[in-house]
Amino acid sequence: MTSTRQTPPAVPLLHRVAETARDQIPFTLDGVACTALAGDTVLTAVLTHAGQLRRNEFSGAPRAGFCMMGACQDCWVQTGEGARLRACSTFVAAGMCLVTEVPA
Amino acid sequence: MNDMTGKALPPVIVGAGPAGVRAAQTLVAHGLRPVVIDEAARAGGQVYRRQPPQFGRSSRTLYGFEAGRADALHQAFDALRGQVEHQSDSLVWNVQDHWLDVLDGPTQRTRRVPFAGLIVATGATDRVLPVPGWTLPGVYTLGGAQVALKFQGCAIGQRVVFMGTGPLLYLVAYQYAKAGAQVAAVLDTARFADQCAALPAMAAQPAVLLKGLYYVAWLRAHGVALHGGVRPLRVLGTERVEGVAWHDGRAERTLEADAVGFGYALRSETQLADLLGCRFAYAPLHRAHLPERDAAGRSSVAGVYLAGDGAGILGADAAEWAGERAALALLADRGVQIDAARTQVLERKLARVAGFRAGLERAFPFPQDWAAHAPDELVVCRCENVTAGNLRQTVREAGADELNRLKALCRVGMGRCQGRMCGVAAAEVLAHATGQPLQQVGRLRGQAPIKPIPMELAAAQEGLPS
Repeated sequence: MTSTRQTPPAVPLLHRVAETARDQIPFTLDGVACTALAGDTVLTAVLTHAGQLRRNEFSGAPRAGFCMMGACQDCWVQTGEGARLRACSTFVAAGMCLVTEVPA
Repeated sequence: MNDMTGKALPPVIVGAGPAGVRAAQTLVAHGLRPVVIDEAARAGGQVYRRQPPQFGRSSRTLYGFEAGRADALHQAFDALRGQVEHQSDSLVWNVQDHWLDVLDGPTQRTRRVPFAGLIVATGATDRVLPVPGWTLPGVYTLGGAQVALKFQGCAIGQRVVFMGTGPLLYLVAYQYAKAGAQVAAVLDTARFADQCAALPAMAAQPAVLLKGLYYVAWLRAHGVALHGGVRPLRVLGTERVEGVAWHDGRAERTLEADAVGFGYALRSETQLADLLGCRFAYAPLHRAHLPERDAAGRSSVAGVYLAGDGAGILGADAAEWAGERAALALLADRGVQIDAARTQVLERKLARVAGFRAGLERAFPFPQDWAAHAPDELVVCRCENVTAGNLRQTVREAGADELNRLKALCRVGMGRCQGRMCGVAAAEVLAHATGQPLQQVGRLRGQAPIKPIPMELAAAQEGLPS
């Protein structure tokens, strides 16, 4: 991705407390090169770097998922290609381009 | 029943949690080869959810006291390899006549799975009663907070408040503290007196009771603040969680935190039973309309069986028994010889759990005054941003007095989650605003697709020959 989007909020939401020795997986978040760990969901990959996944279409307020089990549909994330992924139930893959700052 | 080539159709089990796995094991033991369809990549359900293969923590670390049960369930399913058709990463999104429409997660393609006999073991999600600020990043359900830890090795924050009520409240707080996260406080809407009053009924399951007491004692011994009888007021913050405010019966109190896990026990996933045409009835203990089932798990629809938390919250142990019992019912209805003594053992165990469940409800009562205190600006529906004020205005101005009517008029429950997160709260607000008992306002009808599917698939489905 070549856009010059703002860098994502610097303070991550999720904090790793175990299992940090897994293989590293490169991906980009709002155009910035980031590293996830093999077995991370897209939600984990994004929120260990940033403070949100997207903005709500109606309120414009930031969202970061809620139920973590595929029920609330709050954690959809855009890819650079325009596809949408349900972040809590999709595993991160090398080279994924993820976008959190989409105009509401 | 046969397919077009004359081959006998298999029974299908939807859900590979405790109920689905035991149902599959029972069918295989009687010579059938069931199809097991599950949304997750690996069997286990939510309670015994398995971590991804790249992770290496022990069962003891992941499941604590439940490690033995989790291992047994996983091993039981692994031992069925080759004897069941496990369709993982697969979402059942619709049902028609005698087949299910199933979306394959990785390819995003849909397929038809025909069935002769269906065991619905769809499980549950957290029961949510929203509080202002609940849509902020950093607020998760209790179950969600647990998934982050169990499935991803992550804490939802560095200073976490757990709030609401139910057995999961203390369990998740304990798991977080044990994993090294700072638990700022546990805020329980139930009072200590509620828990004491419930002790006699809960003594029916002494092991479960003791575990619960252990978590509370452990948290107390490790200096975690436990507050009972609270009324959550709001989650503080603008772009993310900065703290929580609650009322302690005398005054408003606040506490700094960067994350909140909250919930009020669990609610059943009933959409599939609804699409199958199962008859529902109001169940006061669960404060919900649930698909009817007999002691064996037979629904009102011939050939459709219900097992586990998807048909009423009774917990993981009961789900295992109900899964086995429902499979035995399916077998008996097909004319297969089954062990009648075993069916009686299972039904007795299930009846005992029902008594225990009543005790749990006394220990962690549903906060019946929630709707009366919900402010107008509270966002009830987080998909479509519909507030409690919007609901009350729709009642006032359009005379809505039934949940589906309310949904049609103001879109509550119409968003992507289809009311899974807001349905309980919307019903409570509607009942309170119209002065009706909860059972009178009805229930949100399930609609296909049960969960979102790609738009082009839905369009293609419309054009499919029937």
